[in-house]
Amino acid sequence: MSGFARILRKIAEDRVALIGLVLIVLLVLVALFAPLLATHPEDVWEIHPELRLLPPSAEHLFGTDRMGGDIYSRILFGARLTIVIGVVAVGASLLIGVPIGLLAAFYANWFGDLLMRISDVFLAVPQVILAIAIAQTLGPSLPNVILALSLTYWPWFTRLVYAETKRLQNEVFIEATEALGASPWRLIVLHILPNISSAIIVRISLGMGFTILTAAALGFLGLGAQPPVPEWGRMVAESREFLPMAWWYALAPGLAIFLVVMGFNLLGDGLRDVLDPRLRKSPGRRAAAAVRRGS
Amino acid sequence: MTAGETVLAVRDLAKHFPLHDALGRRKGELRALDGVSFDVREGEILGIVGESGCGKSTLGKTLMGLHPATGGRVDFEGRDLVGLSKGAYRRIRSRLQYVYQDPGASLDPRWKIASSLAEPLVVHRPDMSKAQRAEAVRAAIRSVGLPEGHLGLFPHELSGGQQRRVGLARILTLHPKVLILDEPTSGLDVSVQATILKLLQGLRAEYGLTYLFISHDLAVVRMLCDRVAVMYLGKIVEIGPTERIFADPRHPYTRSLLAAIPEPGGRRITEDFALKGEPPNPASLPSGCRFRTRCDWAADRCAAEEPLLRDIDGGRFSACHFAETLDER
Repeated sequence: MSGFARILRKIAEDRVALIGLVLIVLLVLVALFAPLLATHPEDVWEIHPELRLLPPSAEHLFGTDRMGGDIYSRILFGARLTIVIGVVAVGASLLIGVPIGLLAAFYANWFGDLLMRISDVFLAVPQVILAIAIAQTLGPSLPNVILALSLTYWPWFTRLVYAETKRLQNEVFIEATEALGASPWRLIVLHILPNISSAIIVRISLGMGFTILTAAALGFLGLGAQPPVPEWGRMVAESREFLPMAWWYALAPGLAIFLVVMGFNLLGDGLRDVLDPRLRKSPGRRAAAAVRRGS
Repeated sequence: MTAGETVLAVRDLAKHFPLHDALGRRKGELRALDGVSFDVREGEILGIVGESGCGKSTLGKTLMGLHPATGGRVDFEGRDLVGLSKGAYRRIRSRLQYVYQDPGASLDPRWKIASSLAEPLVVHRPDMSKAQRAEAVRAAIRSVGLPEGHLGLFPHELSGGQQRRVGLARILTLHPKVLILDEPTSGLDVSVQATILKLLQGLRAEYGLTYLFISHDLAVVRMLCDRVAVMYLGKIVEIGPTERIFADPRHPYTRSLLAAIPEPGGRRITEDFALKGEPPNPASLPSGCRFRTRCDWAADRCAAEEPLLRDIDGGRFSACHFAETLDER
């Protein structure tokens, strides 16, 4: 597919986006090969009280935690959870948000207004607070965190799809295709969705970063996965009381969260530069990109 | 002049856009089309001319059902198009097509030319096989004078003029009967204009088309059209054979329009022929004749009584009380 190759080449040219892409590929590889890469895979479940809070060493690369678990191995398995949280939550938001946005844009009457006001209600409450409320009500568990994130992130897709569809509906080729006699269904699936796909892809990448960060925050507050599940936010939370004596305990999961979120955000920004023709044309943006690339 | 049967009969067509104030309350309406009536005869080119804002484009889009009409009727192929359901209108659109000002802009930037050209057939002719469709697409691109190799390109890989040709070809694949052309030559330099006009004439002969040619370019209209309708603020003020209207206009508005055409070596636009002021706000029209505020011939009768279109000399209609005596005043 030449379009895909072109996008990859453009991203490779943009050093910052490339860093993001590399970080995410690393995350996926780590999650896939966690059992092979981990030095103590059994430590995800087992406890070794005699090994607790050991500093980093050749045996325990990132040290050990309060249960004597190898932090390095636990981080690797945590990557799987992170991917599942991000993919499922963003995927569900996408499935809820995109059709609602399309419907609202196509039915420019009370029905479309109603849909948009409902999405406004969700946007009016800060997402973390809403997610806390939902996760708290349903009880702390990983599926409930994913559910809470899906229920709070979809309005971003709705708003985006609504705005992009409205913009497209003013384009001559959409009106012309309608004048030609194409059905609304055909218009949406074959003309509108392909033309807004790049904006959606950018939003997916940014949404992954945001969702993973929020999931970590919920984990930190004790609303997510319960011990001994190696969820990164939860690991940071556990490390709090040991911070004065075990600096490595918070460092590894904190750094992991930071790198993954940064990776998705950098990739999202890079994709926006590559995919969005309107921004591609803006000279200021291009100059900024040129400065970033050092050319 | 081609004297065929009437293919499109428009009667008292009206399109009013409601106006709302800042709070969304209705405070009146804009009468973009206010009782427009005319016939289009088979095989002819009927020009629609007028200043910008006179309702030319609204007329085209209302005929196409892109804006629902407020009132009146449009008879086409034995059916009244006004009030037709969206689905029924969609089927009519294979016979009555709208050509955008820039037909090139009607192409999806992400679709190859071949797919864009095949789309009307996919929509309206599900009975055709893939091979038949491909053949029809090749025939369409040849008929607008482009090589078949262009079928594999994207719109941005074509020049502006080529895009327009593809846009035309896309509409022709359906073999429509009537084409509504909305300013097909505006924004083109003169040489490209000429090729597009030639192409339009050639296609009309080849496909037996009837054109409704919306334009503000009077020179082009004079060259191309069999009959001309002059619009002013949502109404037709004069309609008739092109040569008669250009030689001897019988409405003061037509006179000022024609006087505004620059001609090499011709007379200059003089004071008494220039159009006074701006057209009045179509949301609050003057009483009686809507042109009287800018008209040199305006008399008391013009404010009291709205002039109706009437036959002046057998085939040409004017909506002026003094149509016969314009020269005497």
